[in-house]
Parts: sequence; structure tokens; C-alpha cells
Amino acid sequence: MTSLPTARAPVTEPPDDLLSQKVVPLRHPWRWVAGAAVLVVLAQAAHALITNPVFQWDAFGYWFFRPVVIEGLLLTLQLTALSAVFGLLGGIVLALMRLSRNPVLRAVSWGYTWIFRSIPLIVLLLFLANVTALYSTLSLGIPFGPSFVEFSANDLLSFFVVAVLGLSLNEAAYAAEVVRSGIISVDQGQLEAAAALGLPKGRQYRRIILPQATRAIIPAYANQLIGLLKGTSVVYITSLLELFGVVQTQASTNSGQIIPLLMVGTVWYVILTSALSVVQYYLERRFSRGALRTVPATPLQRFRARLRSAGVAR
Amino acid sequence: MTAAVSVRGAIKSYGHNRVLDNIDFTAESGRVTAVIGPSGSGKSTLLRAINHLEALDSGFVSVYGELIGVRVHRGRLKELSERAILRQRSRIGFVFQSFNLFPHLSILENVVEAPVAARQVPRLEAETRARELLAKVGLADKVDAYPRQLSGGQQQRVAIARALALQPRLLLFDEPTSALDPELVGEVLAVLRDLATAGTTMIVVTHEIGFAREVADHVVFLDAGRIVEQGPPAEVLVNPTHDRTREFLSKVV
Repeated sequence: MTSLPTARAPVTEPPDDLLSQKVVPLRHPWRWVAGAAVLVVLAQAAHALITNPVFQWDAFGYWFFRPVVIEGLLLTLQLTALSAVFGLLGGIVLALMRLSRNPVLRAVSWGYTWIFRSIPLIVLLLFLANVTALYSTLSLGIPFGPSFVEFSANDLLSFFVVAVLGLSLNEAAYAAEVVRSGIISVDQGQLEAAAALGLPKGRQYRRIILPQATRAIIPAYANQLIGLLKGTSVVYITSLLELFGVVQTQASTNSGQIIPLLMVGTVWYVILTSALSVVQYYLERRFSRGALRTVPATPLQRFRARLRSAGVAR
Repeated sequence: MTAAVSVRGAIKSYGHNRVLDNIDFTAESGRVTAVIGPSGSGKSTLLRAINHLEALDSGFVSVYGELIGVRVHRGRLKELSERAILRQRSRIGFVFQSFNLFPHLSILENVVEAPVAARQVPRLEAETRARELLAKVGLADKVDAYPRQLSGGQQQRVAIARALALQPRLLLFDEPTSALDPELVGEVLAVLRDLATAGTTMIVVTHEIGFAREVADHVVFLDAGRIVEQGPPAEVLVNPTHDRTREFLSKVV
């Protein structure tokens, strides 16, 4: 056995009057230095953005609320909203088909997702825009049998319809996977418990599975939706003038203003994406009911609480 | 005595693995039947077959004389429609090892859901009854909480109240205390004991041999998909006739 060193420095206990004092926490001066350095870089970037004449902020101000830009913006919103709704509905149907026990439905759903995830959106849109070359009439009737109504493909498929159709078909393929991932994330025991209680089949899904799946679906679908919002800019190749289309055409007729015009488009996209993010935040909170022991306060609630406590302190 | 549950010639295989091998047994009305046996002996499968959560390959189950999950059609057993099976299940209470409460619904909503959705009980009536049941299992003050805010023992008591809300003729328990901390087992067993005293017909798959000895009227010992022996607890648990039973009991007690 090795002997422990016996000659240790005598431990001096701090005097008793120290016991009533608070311990001074360790200071972190390098955190302050790092923070200051990053702020300097940011300030430089902001300064360059504001003072560089290339950005032509007066032109930016001129274009930002121009009726032609606002019209494009509204068209972007319409395209996004319609494609999001149709895409999500299609996605739910495709996801349920994929999860069904019917092998035909499963295979068709898989095939749809495979095809539409493989075709680039821009190709799909051009393809649909030129669909008149393939089918001159579309008819509604008995499959392979007589038809009741016939449309000329040219009348029915306006550029707007083509754009919504293309975006929705594409969106549905991705939404199907998002919805499916949400549904399979719900514990198998939930369906079993619902079945053991004798809940009707539709109710098992509507009341038990989908609300829980939604919690997992929201972040992924919000991502998808933001992608769609910006993805609508692709439709300008079918000569539909949404936000990006407007910016692009105006830039070609007003030479030298491409940078401020692109900034107008960018800032509007940032505003729309921010709005979607806020909606996402509140939806996530709503569907976290029961999943978290306590739901954290919103930034707004925290801000108000801080104001109130400050008021009390004063 | 009337037979509450009658299982005849039950056979079930998963691939080449026969999990139920010609099971025959009867559970009497108003009595507690305990099913014991090692893991993988088929006890959970047997219990799940009684409310057709698991379909048998052959053989049948009847509850109070009613065939479960199947009907006789031209001399053969034919599976019932999903809707008919769901209706039968709503008369049989099932309590899971892992509770399976609905986490997004409050405790009250968990208990109210099945009577309203499966039995068309008016909402107010269902809520009144749910509050009574939750009070009975000692959770009157938790009606507005969510499942994840409760302890395991409390969750399992909610699950029992949820099963009772359907006023079942039969209650099935699948290892109701196996997922609980040892100190929480007692509160759940106490609820089961109360139900037994009140004359509820129950089949309990359990590892709690002490509980089986004290509360059960009939004990079934299952091994490798077969019933090795069954009888009153004083015989099966105290003086088992088979070596396999003796060996199992020596390990768990």
C-alpha cells in the first residue's frame, strides 16, 4: 500500500461572517468579446446594404407598393393557397391509400409519389401548358365508355388552371409523404385502444390518430408550404405574372433597376415566409396539447409578463 | 353457474410459431380468472383473442353465449364485419399493460369518448357517469388533467375507468401492473380488488402471484401455448401437480 502524503497544507476555513454572503459567479469576458466582434461585422454589412448606391433604395421605395407588384403578390398568394389546399387534400388521400391493406391502392399511391417526385416542377408545368398538343378535348363520362360533357382543352386549361394543377400535383406527392410520416409516428397502441373501445373506424382516425399525427405533420408541412410559396415563382415560364414574373418583366423594361426590383421581390417573400412561420408557431402550440406537461408561454405572453412585473417592481 | 367466457379449441400461429395450441377453458360469471405463465407462453395472445384484437386460426371464443368476431355460415366459422366486431368489443372492457390513454384528450374526455362515440350515450349523461367512475378510482380531482401529467399508477386507474364507462359484461386486463414502479402497483391492485368484491367478471393476465392467490377464483397456468394446469389458486399456486408449474412458481415468488 502506498501511503498518502501526510504533509498537506492546513485547511483554513473561511470566517463565519462569509457564510451570509452570496457566491460571486464566474465572469466570462470572452463571451462579450465574441458578441462585440459579430455585432461589428453585422453593422458593416448593414452599412454596406444601406449606403451602396447599387441598391437604389429610392427605386425600391417606388416599386414596393406599385399596383403591378401588388397584383403579382396577390396572384402568388392565390396560387399558393389553392395549391396548398389541393395538395394537402391529395396528400391525405394518397397517404391513407399507401397505408391501406389493399395492395392496388398501395401500389397506385406509391407509383404516383414516385412519378411526381421524379418530374421537375418546371418540366411538369411546361408539359401541362402544352397538353393541348396531346389531348385536344377532355371529356367527363363513363371510363372507356360514352362521355357526357366535353371540354376543349384550350378553354379549360387557362394558364392559371395549368399552374394550380401543376403545383397541386407536385405538392400532393410530397404532402403524401409528410402526412404518412405523421400517421406512422403515432403509437400503434392508440389504434389498438380505439379498436378495443369499439370506436367506429372513421372516428378512430378523425378523433384519435389524425390529431396526434398533426403534431408531427405541422413542422414538416410548414417547410413544404414555404417551399411552395417560393416555388410558385417557377410558373412565370408559363407567362403567368405572379410576384417574381412581375419583377422579372419590369426589370427587363426598366433597364438598370434589376437590383432594386429583385430586392422588392425578396422582401415580399421574406414577409410572407415570416407570416407563415408565425402561423406555424401557434398551430404547433395548439396541437401540443397533452404532449407537453406544460405548454411554454408565447413570446407575446412573456413580453406582457415582463412589463407587468416591471410595473410591480416600480 | 353461467359461463361468461368460453374458449374452445383455440389455435393461433405466427408463421411456424404456434402461440396458442388447442386452448380450452371457461371463465365463470362474477368470478376472477387469473392467467399466469412465462413470457411468450401465449397469455396475452389468448386475452386479445377474447375480444378479437387477435383473430384465431381455428376454434372460437364466446362471451355469454355470443360468438366473438365470427358467425356460423354454412357449417363454417366466418369472420364478422368490422362494424359488428366493434359493436361486440364495446361490451368488453380491455385494459392494456401500457395504458394506451389518448394523450391529446383530457382525462374526462378519455373516459367519455367511447360511450358517446360507440354507444351514442348523451354527452352530459356520459360526463356525469365518467366523473363518478373517476371518483371511484380516486381521481376525482384530475378530470381536467392530461394523461402525461399523471403518474403511471394514476394513468392505469384512468384506463380502468375508461373501460368501465362502457358498462362491460366482462373486463380483460393484460398485465395491468407490469409497466408500473413497484410502489405504484398497490394502488392499481386495490382498484382490481374492489371490482372483484363487487362481483365483476374479470380475466387478468398477471405476474403478481400474490394478487392471484388472494383475489382470483380460478387460476390458469399457460406454457408454450398450452394450458398446463388450472383450478382454484389454493391448488394450482400452493400445491401444483405439474413440474413445469412448480418450476415457474419457484422463480417468480
